[in-house]
Amino acid sequence: MSTQTPPAEQVGTESDDSHSLVRSKARYGDALFSGISSGSALMIFVILAAVATFLTSQALPAMTSEPDHTGLSEVSALGGFWQWALPLAFGTVWSAVLAMLMAVPLAVGIALYLSHYAPRRVARIFGYLIDLLAAVPSVVFGLWGLMVLAPTLHPFYKWLNETMSWFPLFNAWQAREDGELRPVLAVGGQNMLTAAMVLALMITPIITALSREVFLQTPLLHEEASLALGATRWEMVKQAVLPFSRPGIISACMLGLGRALGETMAVAMILPGKVLVTFKLLTYNNPNTIAAYIAQNFPESEGFGKMQLIAAGLILFIITLVVNMIARGIIASRREFSGAN
Amino acid sequence: MAKRIEIKDLDIYYGKFHAVRGVNLTIEPRAVTAFIGSSGCGKSTVLRSINRMHEVIEGAYVDGQVLLDGVDLYGKDVDPVRVRRQVGMVFQRPNPFPTMSIRENVLAGVRLNNARMPRSEQDELVEKSLRGANLWNEVKDRLDRPGSGLSGGQQQRLCIARAIAISPDVILMDEPCSALDPISTLAIEDLIKELKDQYTVVIVTHNMQQAARVSDTTAFFNLKKQGEPGELIEVGPTEKIFHNPDQQATEDYITGRFG
Amino acid sequence: MTNTESTPRHAAGGSKRPADSITGGQLPKHSWLLILALGWGIAAGILSVTDVFSIGGTAVLGMVLFFVLHYVASFAVEGRRRAADRLSRSVVTTFFLVALLPLGSLVWEVVSRGVARLDVAFFTETEAKTHIAGAQLGAAHALMGTLQSTAIAFLISVPIGLFTAIYLVEYGARTKLAAGIRFLVDVMTGIPSIVAGLFAYSLFSMIFGPGSAYTRTAFAGAIALTVLMIPTVVRSTEEMLKLVPNELREASYALGVPKWRTIVKVVLPTSLAGIVTGVILGIARIIGETAPLLVTAGYFQLTNPNPFSGTTATLPVMVYQSLRTIGPTAEQLHALGWAGALTLIIIVMGLNLIGRLIAWKFAPKTGR
Repeated sequence: MSTQTPPAEQVGTESDDSHSLVRSKARYGDALFSGISSGSALMIFVILAAVATFLTSQALPAMTSEPDHTGLSEVSALGGFWQWALPLAFGTVWSAVLAMLMAVPLAVGIALYLSHYAPRRVARIFGYLIDLLAAVPSVVFGLWGLMVLAPTLHPFYKWLNETMSWFPLFNAWQAREDGELRPVLAVGGQNMLTAAMVLALMITPIITALSREVFLQTPLLHEEASLALGATRWEMVKQAVLPFSRPGIISACMLGLGRALGETMAVAMILPGKVLVTFKLLTYNNPNTIAAYIAQNFPESEGFGKMQLIAAGLILFIITLVVNMIARGIIASRREFSGAN
Repeated sequence: MAKRIEIKDLDIYYGKFHAVRGVNLTIEPRAVTAFIGSSGCGKSTVLRSINRMHEVIEGAYVDGQVLLDGVDLYGKDVDPVRVRRQVGMVFQRPNPFPTMSIRENVLAGVRLNNARMPRSEQDELVEKSLRGANLWNEVKDRLDRPGSGLSGGQQQRLCIARAIAISPDVILMDEPCSALDPISTLAIEDLIKELKDQYTVVIVTHNMQQAARVSDTTAFFNLKKQGEPGELIEVGPTEKIFHNPDQQATEDYITGRFG
Repeated sequence: MTNTESTPRHAAGGSKRPADSITGGQLPKHSWLLILALGWGIAAGILSVTDVFSIGGTAVLGMVLFFVLHYVASFAVEGRRRAADRLSRSVVTTFFLVALLPLGSLVWEVVSRGVARLDVAFFTETEAKTHIAGAQLGAAHALMGTLQSTAIAFLISVPIGLFTAIYLVEYGARTKLAAGIRFLVDVMTGIPSIVAGLFAYSLFSMIFGPGSAYTRTAFAGAIALTVLMIPTVVRSTEEMLKLVPNELREASYALGVPKWRTIVKVVLPTSLAGIVTGVILGIARIIGETAPLLVTAGYFQLTNPNPFSGTTATLPVMVYQSLRTIGPTAEQLHALGWAGALTLIIIVMGLNLIGRLIAWKFAPKTGR
């Protein structure tokens, strides 16, 4: 029947009876392709299950170990796993909180500048610059923080300690045996404050990028309604932009926090941390973070010591997991609220 | 080569939602059949069930028979992909492939199915299809330019050329002119009248003048009540439907007293 | 501070006008420059008098004084609302400049300290002759290791990421399984890089034993990087596939094209540029990773051509290690470290630039 139309016979791979509706053989291409796709998706599940399983199986013996079995020379004097893991967890959270205190106002301000204040062309170019900041490898941040930022800030820390030591966090004075107070400032500015500053710098572009997205999604209608009522730009931002974006900013901050908690190299390079708990920012006695502690000790540790570090890594994984879950939860609830898909 | 379509007791569902109920309809070959009716009455849904595009949407299925020259499209072992090679479709908005040139768009049906064709035959097919879609003279000098660079009306005719290039038996058109200006619409309507010499043409339209102008047979779909499934109310020669319909609902709709 | 307000603007003095006039009192257009200079001047004065002058201190105090003075001036002439608006603008702009400052300093320091050692020897020599005084050192071994681990991670994560995204958009769509996979990809995005390294180490040490030569290798590092790269590839590819209009898929199905061929020949080519950009940015992210490689690939001062056996140097780990050295060769190794940092920045920024160029150049031309 297709003699008048030669092309019809060329159509289709099963060309012998191209006008039959019944498939001559199963369509292997579709089956294979959907099989590969589903298989890859399941790989994600397998990989994560593997991460959880392998970490746990290596970590469990270390978590329940007796004090004298510790393989790490520094912490063997400190007792069981939790006695050094918990101070490290404190250091991790403390450094991240400090970084957030600096990064959140900065990042939200920059995002606001790029979305609602800067001229459009400027905003695009500067947006790229901020994204480039996000691309700088953490080891380079660490190098810069250690060799450039810390020494630059050292005189400032000295001044801070002399004039602001009434504020407990900035107090770096210690009484000697004879009762005389001596400053115990960190050498070359390598203290918790510098580390937190570099951390803040590293998470600022992440929070900026996400909040800028959210700010730009503010319905133009709301903004114009506000401006039409005679609001100044700042009043418009307060009335229309910020209320709309609040959940988005919170989740952006949580994601930034997750990043700060897990950041390794910058802290490992800048901070000569110890296993201890203190809120003081300027002294040479600084709490270490889990990630930095692992990086500093893993290469030299042996056998059981490595397992203990893996156990610490598992704790870090759980902390970041919880923070990220909360962030995703906020995003998901917001999506339901706005009704948009 | 044009084939007769018989729809028997067709019920169409989207998941739990019963969209269309109990359609019985015969569509004659070498003629234009128009589906008219208000929005949401299921006319596009019925159209999409004729080339099994309906089931592309997740959870959608049909119950009943659609016979193409006596062969049930929903029969056992029928391959929907093969059905679509015989029942072509043109969509509401022109949708040429943006990564392909005009020439590649026309050949898309052949190429995407990996069929081999000598260059000379390809050229022949491109010219034949574009002439069939009344587009050849406008684009013959720029066949290698992107298809998305054409005007809306030209894009829609390119889509028609793409559909007829795989030599279907039936061409379905889902509101093919609703995104076009009046002049482009006229060009498409002229083309539809020419296409019926070779194909069975089914067109869904919101525009009753268009149905009156181009179709030989008209089928009117409506909802009995809001929330009820859509139904086929009346079908007959276009002349009769527009001037002397049997059903009150049809007359109300035609004369604009609907709703 | 940059004037983009659309309100009418008149150089006005402090004269009182009727409340309903649209030409209310306004500060002269560039008065903020004057106030800024004033703020800095006063700051420099105060600090000099109290004998703690420093450029940094002047800049900070001057900015604070500027905020206050500008607010007060605007309050007096324009009223409270305009004053608040001006303050918000100054603060937000200042924040932005504050963030650019470290970026500028970082790039400047890395370039100026690293460029000296970015010579031929950097690419041809290794750290083999570290013990010989005055011998040329280079980073060839680290470049080789970075190339190996990144290439292997790329080869594993791109297919898995690509097909997972295809599953999520084309096959799974709204199923429960797809929702679960999306959730897991989110979880993977949040894995700290050092944890990924610990995972790869645990995996290999359980297979080969903790002390085996096969446990700490470039390949183990690549596995850690894969864990970090897959979610990036999945997320960006998924976004791009979602942008492909459904009409194109329907057009293809209506031509009797099977689903898989529609994906390969219509959907993927349409979103190719975006996918490539996503993959490039994914590479840029993992190529600078240090912590997972420190844990898995470790360090070795010579070139290790075999990615499956023995520790291997990588560029980021080399930068880290060079800093930790003390003794007679420290200076030489520090210079090498800075050159390594510069190389890293060049690679990462280059990849970012290429990615954006592709995204910009091949932005979808739908012609609608």
